[in-house]
Amino acid sequence: MQISGAQMVIEALIAEGVDTIFGYPGGAIMNVYDEIYKQNKFHHILNRHEQASVHAAEGYAKASGKVGVALITSGPGFTNAVTGLADAYMDSIPLVVISGQVPMSLIGTDAFQEIDAVGISRSCTKHNYLVTDAKDLPRVLKEAFYIAASGRPGPVHVDIPKDVTAQIEEFNYDIEINLETYKPNVKGNTRQIKKAMEAIAKARRPLFYLGGGIINSNAAYEVRELVHKTGIPAVETFMARGTLSYDDDLLISMLGMHGSYAANMAMSETDLVIGLGARFDDRVTGKLSEFAKNAGVIHVDIDPASISKLVNADFPIVGDIKNVVLEMLGLSDLIDADKYKTWRSNIKNFDELHPLTFHEDSDRLKPQWVIQRVGELLGDSANISTDVGQHQMWAAQFYPFTRPRQWISSGGLGTMGFGFPAAIGVKAATPEKISINFTGDGSILMNCQELMTAVEQKLPVINIILNNNFLGMVRQWQTLFYDKRHSETDLSVQPDFVKLSEAFGGIGYRVHTKEEFDAALKDAVEKNVVAFIEVLVERFENVMPMVPSGGSLFNMMLLEKKEKK
Amino acid sequence: MITENSERRVISVIVVNEASVLSRITDLFSGRGYNITSLTVAPIPESRYSRLTIVTSGSVRVIEQITKQLHKLIPVLRVYEHADLVEKEMALIKFPLSENLSDISTLCAAYNGKIVNVGENVIIAMVADEPVRIENFLRVIKKYNPKEIVRSGAVALER
Ligand SMILES: Cc1cc2nc3c(=O)[nH]c(=O)nc-3n(C[C@H](O)[C@H](O)[C@H](O)COP(=O)(O)OP(=O)(O)OC[C@H]3O[C@@H](n4cnc5c(N)ncnc54)[C@H](O)[C@@H]3O)c2cc1C
Ligand SMILES: Cc1ncc(C[n+]2csc(CCOP(=O)(O)OP(=O)(O)O)c2C)c(N)n1
Ligand SMILES: [Mg+2]
Repeated sequence: MQISGAQMVIEALIAEGVDTIFGYPGGAIMNVYDEIYKQNKFHHILNRHEQASVHAAEGYAKASGKVGVALITSGPGFTNAVTGLADAYMDSIPLVVISGQVPMSLIGTDAFQEIDAVGISRSCTKHNYLVTDAKDLPRVLKEAFYIAASGRPGPVHVDIPKDVTAQIEEFNYDIEINLETYKPNVKGNTRQIKKAMEAIAKARRPLFYLGGGIINSNAAYEVRELVHKTGIPAVETFMARGTLSYDDDLLISMLGMHGSYAANMAMSETDLVIGLGARFDDRVTGKLSEFAKNAGVIHVDIDPASISKLVNADFPIVGDIKNVVLEMLGLSDLIDADKYKTWRSNIKNFDELHPLTFHEDSDRLKPQWVIQRVGELLGDSANISTDVGQHQMWAAQFYPFTRPRQWISSGGLGTMGFGFPAAIGVKAATPEKISINFTGDGSILMNCQELMTAVEQKLPVINIILNNNFLGMVRQWQTLFYDKRHSETDLSVQPDFVKLSEAFGGIGYRVHTKEEFDAALKDAVEKNVVAFIEVLVERFENVMPMVPSGGSLFNMMLLEKKEKK
Repeated sequence: MITENSERRVISVIVVNEASVLSRITDLFSGRGYNITSLTVAPIPESRYSRLTIVTSGSVRVIEQITKQLHKLIPVLRVYEHADLVEKEMALIKFPLSENLSDISTLCAAYNGKIVNVGENVIIAMVADEPVRIENFLRVIKKYNPKEIVRSGAVALER
């Protein structure tokens, strides 16, 4: 059929099965918005900032496993969205972000709201396109969805000049994608997998090192089976939370800078690291030369560039986690789970020596208590998004995760302002779950305009603000490494968060005690409208344990007595 | 064991001929802090591909990352990191006409070259040889006061 470029965008989204998109209109994308007005096949959510649109699309993608879609205009609309693209790129989140561009005839003339969008997005997307002819649009959009979701997922940016959205051409979406230059290897070399399993059978202290790739691959349940069959203990990265259930005997905890003592000690003592979809991030490894120093390394990853990038892999396996783990399961008879009994009990001892815990020794509530309490009250019924800072680490440490895609947080870029819009996207994707955003008094102000979106769209996100009147994570580093010079991190001056929420039509609570907290959470869940629950928490609490930046995993700062004010 | 010694390497990259493919490659090098010593690019006859020859340097680990990261770019078809190869480079040199032309001509001949243009005040000579030999040639001809030198960058083919 002969249709305009703008109509092609709509038709392509429908053909891709998209049910919700996030966006913000403007001059260069108006033709597409005009077509959105005329259709009713998918729902458009108007965020109140383009950065929020992309974060919402990320939250939607992470919670649903589908490709998230955002639509924005040229110039400032696009530049506002860049943080979201970078965030999705770092965390391997599949997105298609479509931006308007000035008409072809004006490109390169410093036209109104012109910016070299593909030039900017090149380094923070998996791939990008500037579409110069509407004839290419069906192919480009189809490729964009395919590239975003396949292999190592990531954001794809499609920039469309305004005249191309007006151009009328033949639309046929029933085309085959033929990318001779892009063929992700998903299978995993069978011989190499066998060798890896033999190495595991020989090892005395093997350790599963579970990463976010497992979630991308929808392989958490297969991984659970492999862990249980082999009896090999497991640590999770921040991105992998929820792969194993919190109460799984074989799950040690998160490892890394703010990982548990037992997890980091296990990684330091293991003789064979079994890495599944994890990328040996510096927050995980600490000092590289001391990381798992005496261990062999099996590394399964779909991206060959992740393998032996930082830590040399003795058994590199390029493939999709699910395929590889299924093959491993077929060989699990090679492995005798009893053999690792002593190893498991050593790890138990580590955990008993320094468990992941906190002291309730202050007048104000402890932030960790709040996280734990939400876990007790809501548990599996909630999806948990976060902003960035101490509250984020406590959420990763203390929330009782029970399933994959329950945990939505910005790991690689660490983007303050991610949480609230992401939680909106999460709610849109999984309305049957309660959408919680653990946030800080700093972070919440970077995208609090999304109160309007949540109210308008009736997406009742519950924002739990752990208010320490500080940019707490930075304050912690200043306390520990800058001789307590708390430069520009004191947030004593604050808005009235309750009124702020109410001003947009949400509800708000200010909470000082445990009883008040329970009541507020219960009320917010019942009222089912967007909420701010501001919890006044201990100001000087530090996230512990902590591996100081560049230190070795086994040299942790451990839970200390309360710091003097 | 991975050694961290920096080595010179020639990498050939076959890419789809399309807008901005070259920026994708150079952005990758600058963004990840890799070196480019030289880069040449030309279309491959009767195909929709171009061939880039990149001379770079880095440790074994860095070179491995460069090839993997290049391969990760969507329009990249193939990446060859050459071990055994034939490498050539061309240079054009402008000399004042007042210099000893027969010396220059003989030298050029020794480096697969010749005088290719004679003007009113200057001559232009061309040589084509292995990059190390071109270096050598350029050192030797210094005494003939070259006014301008243009090097093409290396091109290479696996043996
Ligand atoms: C303040 C702060 C503190 C932090 N502290 C910690 C910490 O203490 N501990 C910690 O772990 N993290 C921490 N992080 C997060 C950290 O920055 C990284 O985001 C995280 O460690 C990366 O997790 P990952 O290795 O699982 O990789 P991801 O970023 O999830 O990458 C996934 C990997 O899997 C591969 N992959 C993707 N899909 C597939 C597939 N289908 N099949 C196979 N492979 C696939 C990818 O190629 C990639 O290599 C912190 C972040 C912040 C902001
Ligand atoms: C956009 C952005 N700017 C700056 C930072 C650096 N940063 C990391 S954590 C943090 C403090 C966050 O404060 P708050 O939201 O109150 O959380 P808390 O640590 O107090 O729990 C800052 C400024 C960042 N991660 N993102
Ligand atoms: Mg704070």
